[in-house]
Amino acid sequence: MVRSGLLVSLVRSLRKLGAGVTDRVWRLGAGVRLFGLTLVSSGESLRRPRLVTKEIFSTGVLSLIIILVSAFFVGMVLALQGHNTLQRYGSSEAIGVLVALALVRELGPVVTALLFAGRAGTAITAEIGLMKATEQLSAMEMMAVSPISRVLAPRFWAGVIAMPILNVLFCMVGILGGYLVAVPLIGVDSGAFWSQMQANVDWQHDILNGVIKSIVFGIACTMIALFEGYDAPPTAEGVSRATTRTVVTSSLVILGLDFILTSFMLTT
Amino acid sequence: MTNNIVTQNIVELNNLSFGYKGRMLHKGINMVFPLGKVVAIMGGSGSGKTTLLRLIGGQIKPNIGEVRVDGQVVHKQDRDGIYKLRRKMGMLFQQGALFTDLSVYENVAFPIREHTDLPESMIHDLVLMKLNAVGLRGAYKLMPTELSGGMARRVALARAIALDPDIMMYDEPFAGLDPISMGVICDLIRTLNDALGATSIIVSHDVKETFSIADYVYFVADGVVAAEGTPEDLRKSNLPFVHQFVHGEKDGPVPFHYGAGDYQQDLLSFKDGR
Repeated sequence: MVRSGLLVSLVRSLRKLGAGVTDRVWRLGAGVRLFGLTLVSSGESLRRPRLVTKEIFSTGVLSLIIILVSAFFVGMVLALQGHNTLQRYGSSEAIGVLVALALVRELGPVVTALLFAGRAGTAITAEIGLMKATEQLSAMEMMAVSPISRVLAPRFWAGVIAMPILNVLFCMVGILGGYLVAVPLIGVDSGAFWSQMQANVDWQHDILNGVIKSIVFGIACTMIALFEGYDAPPTAEGVSRATTRTVVTSSLVILGLDFILTSFMLTT
Repeated sequence: MTNNIVTQNIVELNNLSFGYKGRMLHKGINMVFPLGKVVAIMGGSGSGKTTLLRLIGGQIKPNIGEVRVDGQVVHKQDRDGIYKLRRKMGMLFQQGALFTDLSVYENVAFPIREHTDLPESMIHDLVLMKLNAVGLRGAYKLMPTELSGGMARRVALARAIALDPDIMMYDEPFAGLDPISMGVICDLIRTLNDALGATSIIVSHDVKETFSIADYVYFVADGVVAAEGTPEDLRKSNLPFVHQFVHGEKDGPVPFHYGAGDYQQDLLSFKDGR
């Protein structure tokens, strides 16, 4: 009796696990399919760039404040922590290099993408989910207008374009924050701060690789937000769950992709 | 449909069956929608009326049978073919489905901008003409959130007729409206149908309003056409379902109670520890 009860609960757990795996694989496939359809349906966005610029405003420009303020504080904290460690080795002048490399290589692309997922990604998911729930996407379909080319594709390209720009701005403001802590506050020599940075930050290996990372994160983040919104059940609960999933999935994907990209970039 | 209406059928549902998750919603439905007529599809909530509109619009495919629009089988068309057919259709959704990020003007201009290369001056005139037809020319600057339910429905109607469709589909056009707005929408449906020379398909369960403008009515129940005829025929009908529906009786072939067991047994079941 006890043995059969255990067997039943084991089968149930296995079934639940199997259903969970199948669901995730199905969602991955559906997401990749939507990505393909979005790319194929991008002609409208190229023909009418105003559709994309309008979305760049909502996803990029409106995310500026949170990204720039965060960058400023991240830069300042980096300078404080860097100085704390570097002074033990008498290398306080290298603080500029430390701040710049940390921002350009890692923190810039990653933190920008995480903030973008929280600010713009959730907005995209909620907007598309609500458009679906209020039959706006169906209305578009019935007007013989493809929601993928009219709604999804412009938002996708806006995200892909906005992310590297936001990343560059994040790095610039972060370095400024680091400078303000290192030079006027701690008293590091201004010339040493900038010259060490200039000498040790490589255009291709550091800056370009950081921008490439942010483009990849832009594709991933925006596509996750679009898919979650497009796939959301048309109810209040469905949209709210989709919005949460956007943040969770985007964050994990960003960190996972960052590891993969970094390992490739360091080996090449 | 009755033989005295000898006109071309712009929409036909032939032996149409549709279902999902093992449940058949429609079982061999036959309907015709002649050119220039206002035809209503009526039935209780959940009887699959809106699904019929989605089948006509090609948003879903039937399991068996076919939907013909302007002589073409909808589900045999590719995406471009379906979009071509949809350009002949206009649809008014239950809640209007206006684009909330666009103004009233931009909502009505949307299908014109998407499907034509008309100059801005002409789009301006067309939009104002359509809004004037629904009595909302003065509201062109407003955003959808600033409109009442009735106004939103009228703006959605102006958007639906923006490209002068041959077929107009209305999904519960009277639901949730006050009596004045209901009368306005009712009048607009008939007037616009006659002015455009279009065919109107109304899905509704509001008997009084629908009967006042429809030329022909289909009653759908249990997945089949339970009754059909002109509003006059149906008012006089002795069919139990039609009688219950038209006169709004709470009990009849459609029971008041959802399928349940013995009442006393259910009440006592708590004591039994079930």
